[in-house]
Amino acid sequence: MQNRWMRIAITLAAGMLLGSGAALAAEEAGHEGAEQGVDWQEWKAGNEVSNNASLQRGAANFVNYCMGCHSLKYMRYQRMADDLNISTQQLQANLIPTGAKPTDYMLSSFPAADAETWFGRAPPDLSLVARSRGVDWVYRFLKGFYVDKTRPIGTNNLALEGAAMPAVLSDLEGVKAAVFAAAPAGHEGKMVERFESVAAGRLKPEEFDTFVRDTVNFLDYAADPSQVQRRGIGLWVVLFLLVFTAFAWLLKKEYWKDVH
Amino acid sequence: MAGNNDALPVRTGFLGWLNKRLPVDQFMRDQLTGYYAPKNFNFWYFFGVLSLVALVIQLVTGIFLTMHYKVGETTAFDSVQYIMREVPYGWLLRYMHSTGASAFFIVVYLHMFRAFLYGSYKGPRELLWLFGMAVYLALMAEAFMGYVLPWGNMSYWGAGVIVNIFGTIPVIGPGLVEWIRGDYGIADATLNRFFSLHVVAVPLVLLLLVALHLVALRHNGSNNPDGIEIKEKKGPDGNPLDGIPFHPYYTLKDLVGVGMFLMLFAIVMFFVPTFGGLFLEPANFEPANPVSTPDEIAPVWYFTPYYAILRAVPDQRLGALLMALSLIFFFLLPWLDRSPVKSWRYRPVRWRLALAIFVVSFIGLGYLGMQKPEGLYVLLARVFTTLYFAFFVLMPLYTRGESTSRVPERVTSHHD
Repeated sequence: MQNRWMRIAITLAAGMLLGSGAALAAEEAGHEGAEQGVDWQEWKAGNEVSNNASLQRGAANFVNYCMGCHSLKYMRYQRMADDLNISTQQLQANLIPTGAKPTDYMLSSFPAADAETWFGRAPPDLSLVARSRGVDWVYRFLKGFYVDKTRPIGTNNLALEGAAMPAVLSDLEGVKAAVFAAAPAGHEGKMVERFESVAAGRLKPEEFDTFVRDTVNFLDYAADPSQVQRRGIGLWVVLFLLVFTAFAWLLKKEYWKDVH
Repeated sequence: MAGNNDALPVRTGFLGWLNKRLPVDQFMRDQLTGYYAPKNFNFWYFFGVLSLVALVIQLVTGIFLTMHYKVGETTAFDSVQYIMREVPYGWLLRYMHSTGASAFFIVVYLHMFRAFLYGSYKGPRELLWLFGMAVYLALMAEAFMGYVLPWGNMSYWGAGVIVNIFGTIPVIGPGLVEWIRGDYGIADATLNRFFSLHVVAVPLVLLLLVALHLVALRHNGSNNPDGIEIKEKKGPDGNPLDGIPFHPYYTLKDLVGVGMFLMLFAIVMFFVPTFGGLFLEPANFEPANPVSTPDEIAPVWYFTPYYAILRAVPDQRLGALLMALSLIFFFLLPWLDRSPVKSWRYRPVRWRLALAIFVVSFIGLGYLGMQKPEGLYVLLARVFTTLYFAFFVLMPLYTRGESTSRVPERVTSHHD
């Protein structure tokens, strides 16, 4: 009897939720049809923090291309080397600026005051950007630069309108212009019909994509350096609890045999 | 079987010395081996002990976090990152504490829902319910102030929104807000006092209220899924016929529940600690910034039903009043429900439907509290708010003289 009523109650509850969900979906369906051209808002980083080779490449990319301006103020060189299996020799030779110690934090030597004068704002610390903005956003940002003559630095960014940061990777990616389409009413963000190459870069598009993906991967790691270790431990903890609970259940069953 | 009337074991040596000075054996008999609990507890009866487990997790991890956290507007955010990266297993402590906060609310909400299902708030357990509600309020204060401590951008702006709610109180409001903040805005002084309240004052209150909740519980004994008093039917040995000793029966059964809970807890903590931005919000990974408002200021999920009620009306003062009322009605529940029957098993469709509507409204409001209040969402929030209040306000009417089915004399062997 009560099972039947429980089912009815649950069905009712689910029905009400589904009903409101369907109404909302219908409202949003209007935007869907108009989508065409470059769906940059759907670009996904698709990085794997467990891929150590990618993290090592990403670390090199970061040190060579980003750290001139951006810091990872919570990250020590040595911690990075330990986590990514980089030898002290490799670390010293390729990743640490002259004069820095392995135990130093990964700080940019760009004075914040100068940066503010030149770019209008100091480049933000990137320790947590993969968590605050998300890896997909970082990926869209790094691939979202396009020529914009109206901007003082000559470029703009799809993911961050009016970005103060110049297209520092254009040497690798090349320079691209964006052809915009009229955005339908209520649509957020710019609609890009296609990109046009203005100047070629040193890397092929798929090579540049790997470059960006590795860099995003490294930032993902840097935002939560314990995550690989965390998942490793987690597996054992869950397995232990599984066994523990199974035995607790058997014990309970044994004791409860005489309860009727 | 051991019973409350059993003689205490004769002790010699150290245990004899001890029991003469501290009633250890007597306590064990009265509260564990000789305490009779209904034998028909089902799944819903796990959430009381699980709330206790969550409380212990929060207290223990909190103590260790306090050893490394540095309160202050220039140090708080950095010290949390220091804990996450440089304190050995600091990430584990922090994630356990942040996951624990959400887990605490999950089990408390399910614990409260159990009381709705089986009428556990009804006489003679009204005070038990009131102590429980006081625990819930203290927990909300504790969670809110704890959320401010990492001093992320959502901590900062969320604190501003919540503290400003007190500003809507006529006459004393503006002065009160300033008194709470200790400054003209959310600032270092606010962070310091929230830290003090979060680690000392509110936990003490919480522990006291939990103790009172447990004493009140043990005084009358637990309700059960059939909503009948097992003490009314006693066997020749003076023990309830439908009762079984808490230890070993429920200690062992609870151990299974605790194991399952910890397993789910571990899965979230180790594999999805942010829970898609629900348990740890992305905007809080940016330090507090008074000149940069997050896109959307939303509290953590466990407050969103009330937040949705606050925003459901255009007038801020009315919204704050409704929000306060939405909590006050919980306290009045034992007197609003006029049905002579406790458990929903023996109550009519009308009650079950009302309860279902309330649950849908509460969850619906919880969802809407996380969304931008625009378009259809505003309308839905108003509908759910109306239903939420209708459930309580109309309760004396739809529960008075309701046609209940016959309540059995003894507990049924049902297991829902």
